[in-house]
Amino acid sequence: MLVNAIAPTLFAVGSLDEAAGPRLLGARRRADGKLHFPCPPNLDPAEWGIEELPVNGTLWSFTVQRFRLKSPPYAGPEAFTPYAVGYIELPGAIIIESRIVGVPFERLRIGMSMRLVTEPIALSGEVRISFAFTSREDAA
Amino acid sequence: MSRKIFIIGAGIHGFGRTPERTGLQQGAFAARQALADAGIEWRDIPCAYGGSDAAGNADTMVNELGLTGLQFTNVANGCATGGSALFGAYSAIKSGEFDLAMAVGFDKHPRGAFNPLPRDWNLPDWYGEVGLMSTTQFFAMKIQRYMANFGISARTLAMVAEKAFANGALTDHAWRREPVPVDAILGSEMISDPLTKFMFCSPGEGGVALILASEQKARELGANAVELKAAVVRSRPPGSFEVFSPAIDIERGGSPTTNASRAAFAMAGMGPEDIDIAQLQDTESGAEIMHMAENGFCADGDQERWIAEGRTRIDGALPVNTDGGCIACGEPIGASGLRQVYENVQQLRGRAGRRQVQGNIRGAYSHVYGAPGVSGVTILVK
Repeated sequence: MLVNAIAPTLFAVGSLDEAAGPRLLGARRRADGKLHFPCPPNLDPAEWGIEELPVNGTLWSFTVQRFRLKSPPYAGPEAFTPYAVGYIELPGAIIIESRIVGVPFERLRIGMSMRLVTEPIALSGEVRISFAFTSREDAA
Repeated sequence: MSRKIFIIGAGIHGFGRTPERTGLQQGAFAARQALADAGIEWRDIPCAYGGSDAAGNADTMVNELGLTGLQFTNVANGCATGGSALFGAYSAIKSGEFDLAMAVGFDKHPRGAFNPLPRDWNLPDWYGEVGLMSTTQFFAMKIQRYMANFGISARTLAMVAEKAFANGALTDHAWRREPVPVDAILGSEMISDPLTKFMFCSPGEGGVALILASEQKARELGANAVELKAAVVRSRPPGSFEVFSPAIDIERGGSPTTNASRAAFAMAGMGPEDIDIAQLQDTESGAEIMHMAENGFCADGDQERWIAEGRTRIDGALPVNTDGGCIACGEPIGASGLRQVYENVQQLRGRAGRRQVQGNIRGAYSHVYGAPGVSGVTILVK
């Protein structure tokens, strides 16, 4: 179930339970064919179509968050560990911003092959399921 | 027949930290200085536009300056607040409704990075909660990709900041007024790779006021005037890459800066070759580099050579951020864009003291950029 996800409409229903792995949802505006992520709130199905986003992509750009952002809005633990963030180009679809996990900072490179994973994250003391991307190159 | 618009007075309250004055008082300080500069009184001003992002309603300034009953419009337009106030004053005169108008901006931000709330930006809470909603991340990722695409080195980033501190050391209104060597900038704490602490500007405090007049009024007052040839504000086009974007379009497009720049040059009937000095948004040193190209002053990638050759220094072919820009002055949001115009006015009048650009400078350009993808450009001519 998605009760612990950071937002109820981020992931495809059931995608957190299945062995196949997570899928993120995007919304395509029928009028201009543009894909949006995340899905806008309260969207009108007459104007928007929901679709699953590709799970593999390439790193478009990246940085490392080296200091703890102010709360609010940041809801992570007081004890801060730097984390990588990036934009991942999902081919033919959209470029989305995400945390990057499981890659040493010095190995991050634009163009590296990435895949979608889930990542437990403590927000305001409660563990929630977020999305993240990791390198596909180590697995290959 | 379109009316010509002139800036006849300019005032500034020193940027940085001033615990003994509120943001609004810093704005009023700048207003008084601008009035004195123009040789007029507050009661002579029939129309004003002003704003701050975090330091209150500008129109309450009448309590400080006098209850003259003038038409005072508050402007709240994020990072373009100052630019929009200027556009308001410009339009008020251009329409023929007024012959004199003031644009004023001020701010006072707490220490440290901004903490924007997702709901104010039409974004879901999780975007802020997980730690993705950050201006520093955006600027870092924009320059990271730009460096890879166009061969810009980390040392060039540091040289931009080194220039900012060197210029700030010559500037009375600057916050950071000590030169900092390139190696110290490169070696300072990493904030968001590839940007170090000394490459970033900090939220700060300050106030700026400008007095605008019609041609006839400027002549009547015998003012030391510079012409405001263009004032433009543009929001983002499709396919741009902006701060606070959970996703961006796979079809890459233009930028609000490119659009504002082109519109301003068209309005002024001028081109980048007519500009002698430029104040370009330098939230961090990478922004100055990218904005050189987005505003049409060089091709993408030329900056590596331009900066190595010192072309953007005060004694270079196109001095950029002659007062040290945001990096040396800090960024009080409501005042920042007007500071750039203030600096151009002082340079064109030959009043910039130790940082004065030498030679016959005629065209001066300013560009402010901010969340959620808005740019303001002005062109001044002496």
